Amino acid sequence: MTTVANSVGQKKGFGATLWDWLTTVDHKKIGILYLIGGGFFFVLGGIEAMLIRLQLLIPNNDFVSAGFFNELITMHGTTMIFLAAMPLLFGFMNAIVPLQIGARDVAFPFINSLGFWMFFFGGLFLNLSWFLDAAPDAGWTSYASLSIASTGHGIDFYAIGLQIAGAGTLMAGINFLVTIINMRAPGMTYMRMPLFTWTTFVASALILFAFPPLTIGIFFLTFDRMFGGNFFDHTMGGNTIIWEHIFWIFGHPEVYILILPAFGIFSEIFSVFSRKRLFGYSAMVFATVLIGFLGFMVWAHHMFTVGLGPTANAIFAVATMAIAVPTGVKIFNWLLTMWGGSIKITTPMLYALGFIPSFVMGGVTGVQQGAAPLDYQLHDSYFIVAHFHYVIVGGVVLAILAATHYWWPKMFGTMLSEKLGKITFWFFFIGFHMTFFLQHFLGLMGMPRRVWTYMDGQGWNLFNLISTIGAILMAIGVIVLIINIIVTTARNERVGNDPWEDGRTLEWAIPSPPPFYNFAQTPLVRGLDTYWIEKQEGHKGYTAAEPVTDIHMPNGSIIPFFMTLGLFIAGFGAMYRVDHSWGLGVLVFGLAFTFLTMAIRSVKDDLGYYVTKDQIRRMERGRD
Amino acid sequence: MDLNTKFTPQSWPDHPETATMEAKNKFVGFWLFLGGETVLFATLFATYLALKNSVPDGNEFRTETLFELPLVFVMTMLLLTSSLTSVYAMYHMKNYNFKGMQVWLAITGFLGLGFLALEVYEFNHYIHLGFTFGNSAFSSAFYTLVGTHGLHVAIGLVWLTLLILRNAKRGLNLYNATKYYTFSLYWHFIDVVWVFIFTVVYLMGVVG
Amino acid sequence: MAHDIEIIEKTPAEYAYKKRRSDRLMRSQLMMFALMIFMTLISFAAVQAGFSAYFVIPVVLLLAAVQVGLQLYYFMHMSEKGHGLVAFFMYGGILIAFLTVLTFVTIIWW
Repeated sequence: MTTVANSVGQKKGFGATLWDWLTTVDHKKIGILYLIGGGFFFVLGGIEAMLIRLQLLIPNNDFVSAGFFNELITMHGTTMIFLAAMPLLFGFMNAIVPLQIGARDVAFPFINSLGFWMFFFGGLFLNLSWFLDAAPDAGWTSYASLSIASTGHGIDFYAIGLQIAGAGTLMAGINFLVTIINMRAPGMTYMRMPLFTWTTFVASALILFAFPPLTIGIFFLTFDRMFGGNFFDHTMGGNTIIWEHIFWIFGHPEVYILILPAFGIFSEIFSVFSRKRLFGYSAMVFATVLIGFLGFMVWAHHMFTVGLGPTANAIFAVATMAIAVPTGVKIFNWLLTMWGGSIKITTPMLYALGFIPSFVMGGVTGVQQGAAPLDYQLHDSYFIVAHFHYVIVGGVVLAILAATHYWWPKMFGTMLSEKLGKITFWFFFIGFHMTFFLQHFLGLMGMPRRVWTYMDGQGWNLFNLISTIGAILMAIGVIVLIINIIVTTARNERVGNDPWEDGRTLEWAIPSPPPFYNFAQTPLVRGLDTYWIEKQEGHKGYTAAEPVTDIHMPNGSIIPFFMTLGLFIAGFGAMYRVDHSWGLGVLVFGLAFTFLTMAIRSVKDDLGYYVTKDQIRRMERGRD
Repeated sequence: MDLNTKFTPQSWPDHPETATMEAKNKFVGFWLFLGGETVLFATLFATYLALKNSVPDGNEFRTETLFELPLVFVMTMLLLTSSLTSVYAMYHMKNYNFKGMQVWLAITGFLGLGFLALEVYEFNHYIHLGFTFGNSAFSSAFYTLVGTHGLHVAIGLVWLTLLILRNAKRGLNLYNATKYYTFSLYWHFIDVVWVFIFTVVYLMGVVG
Repeated sequence: MAHDIEIIEKTPAEYAYKKRRSDRLMRSQLMMFALMIFMTLISFAAVQAGFSAYFVIPVVLLLAAVQVGLQLYYFMHMSEKGHGLVAFFMYGGILIAFLTVLTFVTIIWW
């Protein structure tokens, strides 16, 4: 049994700090790693977006070449969805959900770390394509006819990079599910869980069932391109529609994986900043589950123009419209939460207020597209681009920005500047509407999507110009946020447990940031919004469910890093096998390396360590 | 957790596989993983069903003539019996009989190895006939589906070997009980997948 | 204490009961196994006998489904206490699996 070093007041060298972060299995640190990684890729995706908009600023522009433009749109979409939005959401889920349910970590801390490194190396692999050959250029959807024919290794980077990152996501999904199922504090029944935890739970269930089809689809793509398979080659009996079905059976639940946690974030924010409990908690839970379930029934609405036939189209059209119902329930419940509440317009609340009209607009255009005959006109036009940016930016990105402000004090112990936060919000919000609102009309005027340029004299020039200016405003907003982060970190003004002063859930009952063991004693949950109940009764913290005892904590490990490194190396081998003879050797070596690290992990006992009663008491006393 | 706690058959818990927090987490986590694997194999089955009659013109390989049922029958018997022997192993684990458990796990492993050997023989035979992975869409789908299952069996055998060897000197305790149980869930699952494979690929293939 | 697992020693009577129960369970597992072998034999025989495809295919699929049910509920203990949630997720997976297979045999064409 090792003793824990007293982390207060200990100056760690650079090497020790680096090792700490490379080997950490602490959900709070892994959450921060996800935020850093996701934040980096968000900026990268944003730069790709800026280049796209600059190319489309004027007709017949040659700012970038057509081939490069195709790479930009592919990488922008792929990066934003897989490497920015999902990891940023995972960052918050990781940092906050265990705190909300009164747990000390997630169910599988080692796998938590492994999931992060898989995301990191997968993203790295994908983005090395910019430097090594050509980036993928068949869209983020990489339809099999085009992607099989695409020359160079671009699509190989896409397939292998996403395979690695996707495996990490699946691990994280299972981890959250088991954590929420098994590790809730005493008294926390399912119907007393905060909404952010509920939406994490349902989104994780969607991950569990949606990512395996993607895994298979990408393997088919990999086999066809690198190993002589014939899944999508019609001359050998293959069929390109198989790719479309597989991709969208994954792809549609994927967007619900993105939006449900966003809904959860806003449920927390509306409630806290209206000083009122969430209206219709049971209905919100039920609506979340229903959206998750229906999300698996609608994927072919991305395939209306494929020629599936009127019966199939009709079935999927109706199912698509049905999803609007539970979503509408949620919108009304948020509004009713605010009604009669004591509203505080903080930066998170601004984002929440901006989210309501933005997401509703995106949602209604979605229902419009759900009418298959109309979709025949709208498919592959800028109307679709406008729709999904409204729901993703107006929904997911606004939620991520809101959560950044809302949970920053809990994760870092400081408070982002409200003034700079509001500046970011207004630049971003106005820029967002400027960019994408007019794209609805561009689509209705016939402008197709994924085109690198457009001719003069079609009436599209003005809207494209304004759209690009809007993108510049969004970029300014993001830059102000980065300045905010730097300034806040430099100032380092520490805050207490509950800096927003109206926290209702358990994470606000402990210090900011929490001690590494989260709770000195497992809390006793006395109802929904349990911390609010404690505050109403005049208690300072939470009610404990057990006396102070030794706490069992997991050990850190460098193995996840190396496990993923092996797959990263194997990826290069698989890709260059068709050109170079050393490819097969590298592939086998990489896989063997990964299996070896897995065997080491299995064979070596890792029982964790104990933090003794006395150490806990000392640390708690030191804080008061 | 104290690895040195001494148990007796009388003090061994009724459900050793869920007797600790880590064990409960592994139990739920692995079942959830199997739920995901169900969808994974379903995608492979669906693709196979869509492509099993899709060959380029002039290609002579068909499901009706390619597959040999006697071999598949022997393979099925081997895998099904190995599922039973793993149940025996778990029975001994419940009764805190370490030796009995190890013996039945070893038998499970040998039966699985037999299955795998026959499958390698089968694939080798097809390749000699010219039915390679890249022969047609049907062949790609066949090898991917059946090969993924075979890969799962192979991984299971490596896992089993590691478990048996690593714990040979330790005996049963609450640290490794859940590991054996998780393995046996995995082993049953790949038998479940095989039931569908021999039905959908081989039986339905021969019938046409 | 967090790291103390309660060790309860069974009385001889309790132990004898547990042993009897687990022996009976093992016998029923053996019976399930025999059923599975039997169903497998019938499936293979149905194909060898050369009946019409329209008869054989539903029969072998049904037998496969039943056998899988036996595996899940008996060999994998899904019928026992404490398996409610895992059964729920397993059925969720089966539902999506079914939808996927249904899609691929209906709305993919040449």
